[in-house]
Amino acid sequence: MSAHENSQPLKFIPASEFKQRTSEAVSDELLRKSFRGAMDFLMAKRATQFPDPVALEAQRGLAEHIRKYSLAHLPDLLEQLERNLTANGIQVHWAENAEQANAIIVGIAQKHSAKLMVKGKSMVSEETELNHAMEAVGIEALESDMGEYIVQLDGEKPSHIIMPAIHKTKQQIAKLFAEKVPGASYTESVDELIGIGRAVLREKFMTAEIGLSGVNFAVAETGTLCLVENEGNGRMCTTVPKVHVAITGIEKIVEKLEHVPPLFGLLTRSATGQAVTTYFNMISRPRQPGEKDGPQEVHLVLLDNGRTQAYNDEQMRSTLQCIRCGACMNHCPVYTRVGGHAYGTTYPGPIGEIISPHMMGLAATHALPTASSLCGACSEVCPVKIPIPDLLIRLRGEASHDARPGHAPLVGQGAAKSALMDIVWAGWAALYTRPALYRAFGWLATRFRFLTPPMQSGWTYSRTPLKPAARSLRDLLAERKRK
Amino acid sequence: MTSTARNNILQRLRSAPQGKPPLAPDVHGFYATARNAAPAEDRAARIERFCEKMAFWRGEVVRVTHSNWAESLRALCVAKNVNSLLYGAQTAQAAALEAAGINGLKPYDRPVDDWKPELFRDTDAGFTSTRGGITETGTLILWPDEKEPRLMSLVPPIHFALLDASQLYDNFFDAMTGQGWSGDEASAGISKMPTNALLISGPSKTADIQVTLAYGAHGPKELVILLVVNEEEL
Ligand code: SF4
Repeated sequence: MSAHENSQPLKFIPASEFKQRTSEAVSDELLRKSFRGAMDFLMAKRATQFPDPVALEAQRGLAEHIRKYSLAHLPDLLEQLERNLTANGIQVHWAENAEQANAIIVGIAQKHSAKLMVKGKSMVSEETELNHAMEAVGIEALESDMGEYIVQLDGEKPSHIIMPAIHKTKQQIAKLFAEKVPGASYTESVDELIGIGRAVLREKFMTAEIGLSGVNFAVAETGTLCLVENEGNGRMCTTVPKVHVAITGIEKIVEKLEHVPPLFGLLTRSATGQAVTTYFNMISRPRQPGEKDGPQEVHLVLLDNGRTQAYNDEQMRSTLQCIRCGACMNHCPVYTRVGGHAYGTTYPGPIGEIISPHMMGLAATHALPTASSLCGACSEVCPVKIPIPDLLIRLRGEASHDARPGHAPLVGQGAAKSALMDIVWAGWAALYTRPALYRAFGWLATRFRFLTPPMQSGWTYSRTPLKPAARSLRDLLAERKRK
Repeated sequence: MTSTARNNILQRLRSAPQGKPPLAPDVHGFYATARNAAPAEDRAARIERFCEKMAFWRGEVVRVTHSNWAESLRALCVAKNVNSLLYGAQTAQAAALEAAGINGLKPYDRPVDDWKPELFRDTDAGFTSTRGGITETGTLILWPDEKEPRLMSLVPPIHFALLDASQLYDNFFDAMTGQGWSGDEASAGISKMPTNALLISGPSKTADIQVTLAYGAHGPKELVILLVVNEEEL
């Protein structure tokens, strides 16, 4: 099997649709206000956490080092993690793609005749569309993170990896609850709305047979799964039901427990501007004899889903350094304007633009790396220093040409290739490498400028048409010299 | 299926090009440098900082002593209208709790599976010990065990936690290395990590609705820390 056959497109999102969705999104005033407000708030909060740029650089340097070191030893660390988890009594499963991961989890649920699965926040389970797989076999999969609960209630997907319901106003949520939650009356008080969610979900925690969670860091040396959260639903999902299933991408691993504090400190500060979250939950075993609560079984599903394709290239491997803080989204001028749904992928914003092509193939995602002005704000705030703009440029290239010698083709390699563009570039190259031709072109272009068409495809969608100047710069300079 | 998947994944990772692998990160050195750059804090300053940070998370810190903490807890329970307080009957604190005459003292003495509805619906507060605190972030360290199960600090709407001021660490790294979590010479490098270890900073909260902060999302609505200090530090 080649290095990338495991990547399965989950949903086909044609580039043209991405364009259409973005133009719809930018003309939705309410949506833009929601995102602008929330992103300004998150950016300001993050900034207060890092008053000293020198100290921040030292922290980012260490975090980047830890992530690079972990990735360099990834296969060994995965095996060490598996050994230690197994010794601790946690069952480890491996999945090459979304279907395999879902099948494993469905299998566990069916073994326990589960009817209800409560879910803590897990973007990886969004990635595999686990909820659909569960519902297909008649098992309810209920999101319990407040934001995810809200978007699920409205039949949507999260629009931000940290703040899933950020695109909604409280009035919209008030209406949604009044319509969809039995017994709830309309209220715009945030405390009351949260109270409604709390009451509904507490009943569910009690009855669910399975709890599902993501993983923020998996520690190889101790066999420990770490979860970061504020709400307590993650602890509920991993403690109350009799079975806990954790799912994670294969990259979320560190060697030592002592590698966790520097990453954790940067994760929460970068994500929401908090020095720490309410809970940091470290799970190393299922319920032991004599213990009175906690799940009797704990499972970990390790998911590839295209990550090994990114790993296979030394430049693109840095994509896997990501600790999913969301700071790159919060600071992205494009994300702030189009919002998370326009991307049509599980991971929106800059991180989504560089990771989705590996998960879904370039055929479905080649437009995403173009959704950037390459301003570099993302890599400037990224706590693990991923050179996001470089990767965007690389992926734009991979989408528009065949694999270069010595590089394995990516899934969907060259998907955005266009014969017209190739001809234009070949012509451009010819013109600029042959002085006589270049001069002749200049002479013609300045004299026949009236022939330039007024409609110039993509360029004139939102710009005035290009027209050669009446006189070239060369001519002007030559004239000035003569004077 | 999963073993084929395992082999395929590992094989793909192992066949990927590898440059020179980076040296192991020097996390100890990083924290040592940070420690040397800042003036060392004395006990009083640590206590102050912990209280200030915990207050920021809306944790209520009450200073108590070794001899009066149970009485303070009784008074707090009365003030907060607590009619049932969950505790661990086998813990070192049990005798003091039982002697304090707290109303509705309830031991967590059977598996949760036998009494989930009562725990979720009819328990006002839970009392636990802690393994220490972290001053940098205003954080409690809990290692639940068979005497003090995991849900005591999660399900009841109020969580009372007993913390000894002599167990305050400057940061998370100092706490885990100071307490030898990942194993030490004596344990021959065998991890001491328990079934579940927790850091807790304040009551549960969410900002998922229009980034407006609300407390009591799924866990406790109130966190009260009984901070054990010396008589003269009250
Ligand atoms: S790429 Fe960097 S900034 Fe973006 S989510 Fe990942 S770690 Fe955070």
